[in-house]
Amino acid sequence: MTVELGHIALIVALCLACIQAVVPMVGSFSGYTHWMRVGHSMAVGQFVFVALSFACLTAAFIQDDFSVAYVANNSNTLLPLQFKISAVWGAHEGSLLLWALILSGWSTAVALCSGKLPLILSARVLSVLGAISVGFALFLLLTSNPFDRILPIPPLEGGDLNPLLQDFGLIVHPPMLYMGYVGFSVPFAFAIAALIGGQFDSAWARWSRPWINVAWVFLTIGISLGSWWAYYELGWGGWWFWDPVENASFMPWLAGTALMHSIAATEKRGVFRSWTLLLAILTFSLSLLGTFLVRSGILTSVHAFASDPERGIFILIFLGIVVGGSLLLFALRGPTMRSATTYSGWSRETMLLINNVFLVSSMAMILIGTLYPLLADVLDMGKISVGPPYFNIFFVPLMSGLMICLGFAGFTRWKNTEGRALLHKGVIPSIVSLVMAFALPMFMVDKLSWSNYSLTAVATLLLVLWVVTMSLEDLWLKSRGKLSSLRGLSGSYWGMLVAHMGLAVCALGVGLSTAYDAQKDLRMVPGDKTELGGYQFQFVGVERVEGPNFIAYRGNVEVKSGGELIVRLSPEKRNYTSGGQVMTEADIDGQLHRDLYVSLGEPLGNQAWAIRFQVKPFVRCIWLGGLLIGLGGLLAALDKRYRRRRLRKGADESSGGLVFE
Amino acid sequence: MKVVGGLFLNRLALFLPLALFAALTIVLLLGLDKDPSELPSALVGEPFPSFSLPALHDADRTLDERDIIGEVVLVNIWATWCFACRIEHAMLNQLAEQGVKVIGLNYKDNREAAIAWLKERGDPYAFSVFDEQGRLGIDLGVYGAPETYLLDATGTIRHRRVGVVDDRVWNNEFRDLYAQLMAVQR
Repeated sequence: MTVELGHIALIVALCLACIQAVVPMVGSFSGYTHWMRVGHSMAVGQFVFVALSFACLTAAFIQDDFSVAYVANNSNTLLPLQFKISAVWGAHEGSLLLWALILSGWSTAVALCSGKLPLILSARVLSVLGAISVGFALFLLLTSNPFDRILPIPPLEGGDLNPLLQDFGLIVHPPMLYMGYVGFSVPFAFAIAALIGGQFDSAWARWSRPWINVAWVFLTIGISLGSWWAYYELGWGGWWFWDPVENASFMPWLAGTALMHSIAATEKRGVFRSWTLLLAILTFSLSLLGTFLVRSGILTSVHAFASDPERGIFILIFLGIVVGGSLLLFALRGPTMRSATTYSGWSRETMLLINNVFLVSSMAMILIGTLYPLLADVLDMGKISVGPPYFNIFFVPLMSGLMICLGFAGFTRWKNTEGRALLHKGVIPSIVSLVMAFALPMFMVDKLSWSNYSLTAVATLLLVLWVVTMSLEDLWLKSRGKLSSLRGLSGSYWGMLVAHMGLAVCALGVGLSTAYDAQKDLRMVPGDKTELGGYQFQFVGVERVEGPNFIAYRGNVEVKSGGELIVRLSPEKRNYTSGGQVMTEADIDGQLHRDLYVSLGEPLGNQAWAIRFQVKPFVRCIWLGGLLIGLGGLLAALDKRYRRRRLRKGADESSGGLVFE
Repeated sequence: MKVVGGLFLNRLALFLPLALFAALTIVLLLGLDKDPSELPSALVGEPFPSFSLPALHDADRTLDERDIIGEVVLVNIWATWCFACRIEHAMLNQLAEQGVKVIGLNYKDNREAAIAWLKERGDPYAFSVFDEQGRLGIDLGVYGAPETYLLDATGTIRHRRVGVVDDRVWNNEFRDLYAQLMAVQR
């Protein structure tokens, strides 16, 4: 019964979404205010029904209802409770339902927080969001219904959730990522509403800015978590693979970052209007394209659990309508007039433009790299495979260029900045970074020689120190060296500072872990010792342990430094009973300046095991940096000027005084 | 007149994203038919291309097509940079245990990393050919790693799979054909 209830709730949600898409839009053209208001309540109602539907599916998982095909394929009785719940979004159908849930959640948030918005604008925004909901609900019901039953004879025991996905990472990673992906539907809807209304003043930019920030924070954290998950769960020690699915989440992030910066210029100075509109469309389109790439099976990837051409065609049509339609609207109604305001030389506008060029070219080159094998195949140019070398060749220089410009971020002024003053401010930071960047790598190794003086480390430190010293100098000048005046700086400023520092910390992790990474694969018999990166590893032995749904071999490795025991690591080799899959669970001792990473390979007979030892300096900074970048976005979203508006709104309208976060 | 022309050009520029998107859609639409995991290969029914490349484990030993021809074999294209290969690897180990002869083609890879990978994960391959430049890959028309070819005893390619070979793929696409070829060989 629960399952049928979930199915019906989803159908009701579809109906509400249809009303939400049509009625407010018609109302906005014919001027019926009560029609325009319909969208708000429909959005809330839709959210309630999708949430009900989602709860029903979760209940089916918890009750081990294997008469439901989706449950039978992705869960079994042995699975621990928390993984039964996260298995709900572990595969195609459930993850789409999660997507629909989050979309309706964002629509509800817009409906509840739009008190101060002109009614005609909020009606159109909700109508666009409703239309997207209709697409996803139809996709779910027509091609990927999670509530399909296996009747008349349901299986007694389910299959298993992919062991790779039985992990805390999966519980939090997809919801975070989807919050980000889907969150960009809000600025998209604002942009479409602006295009329909032909109003390109800074209103739509001002209203969508906090939404962009919040969505971007979720996406940032989602990507960081994904990378962290790959690092500890794949048992391989890599943290980014340029896999099509990773690229699918990274492209909207790059476009979203560009959007965040360009919309600032649009709001404050009224420049880059068409460009910002285009970026808002592009960012959400890339989220949809990501879904298409992952779900259609068009690119081979481990993440593509389900590939089905019928779904592919549906998504392609959906993508065609949403993206093609909005780009057509953009082409017909987009603002062509050159903006009246001007800017020159080294103004903040120019710097933001350069920033956008770097970000969007990075995005474009990842898009090309991801689609090139397909393109070459379609054009019969021969078959080409694109690996990490391609991405690194383009991505590293582009990001380095971005970081050089980023150093100047705080010093620039709107309209015009004097170039000479800018150069003057760069003098001390460039001297400090040059000296330290060349000096520090000498202390990173035990015995210095030409062969172990790492130029990668020099280049990394140069960029990182440049960003850090420039940001600190700016902070010093802005606060005039007084602690008390730090409180006077705005949330947006702190957000920018923290996010930029976060990028520097992340780059530090990437560069130094690449430069000083040490690894060894050895055949070890209990009692064997080895030395790596200044640490002594001793293999004690292997024991058999039983987990809830797996049997494992657990290795025991003692790590010493200077004769003193630092940590015992116990990497595992797990054999999952229901699927028969073998998984490598690495054990990691993590500290800010280095990770010790040990993974257990194959048994080689006579108690000997293949073991991989890795010492990864500063690798943790990658994710710490990611979190700092996210924190920066959050600080900017919490800026007082948005809250002040909300407080005023609360005073104006007692019903609309809801808080954003 | 000049102003109108300028406006017209500006308006035209706004159509550029739409045009790019239309082109992309066409590519994706064509690509949908060319589902990589079911890519029909022009090479099915053709003899395995000739080559002369070093062995992965022994740089001095040169291998050529004669080392492959003579038995029913799977030729698996793999690389340590290939994300999906690590998922596939357990399946290959299983097949090798069942007595299927698997030959590796290590594609555009680093020799040391590749050897270490096999040491850690087990080596299902009778031997691995080391194709650092991807020359044999070009002859085969490799789309990307992993790919798997089923060859009969005369060295003719009988089936090609682009993407991961797992239980399902093996049972649906390979098992019967493999059994058939083995029966002929005996």
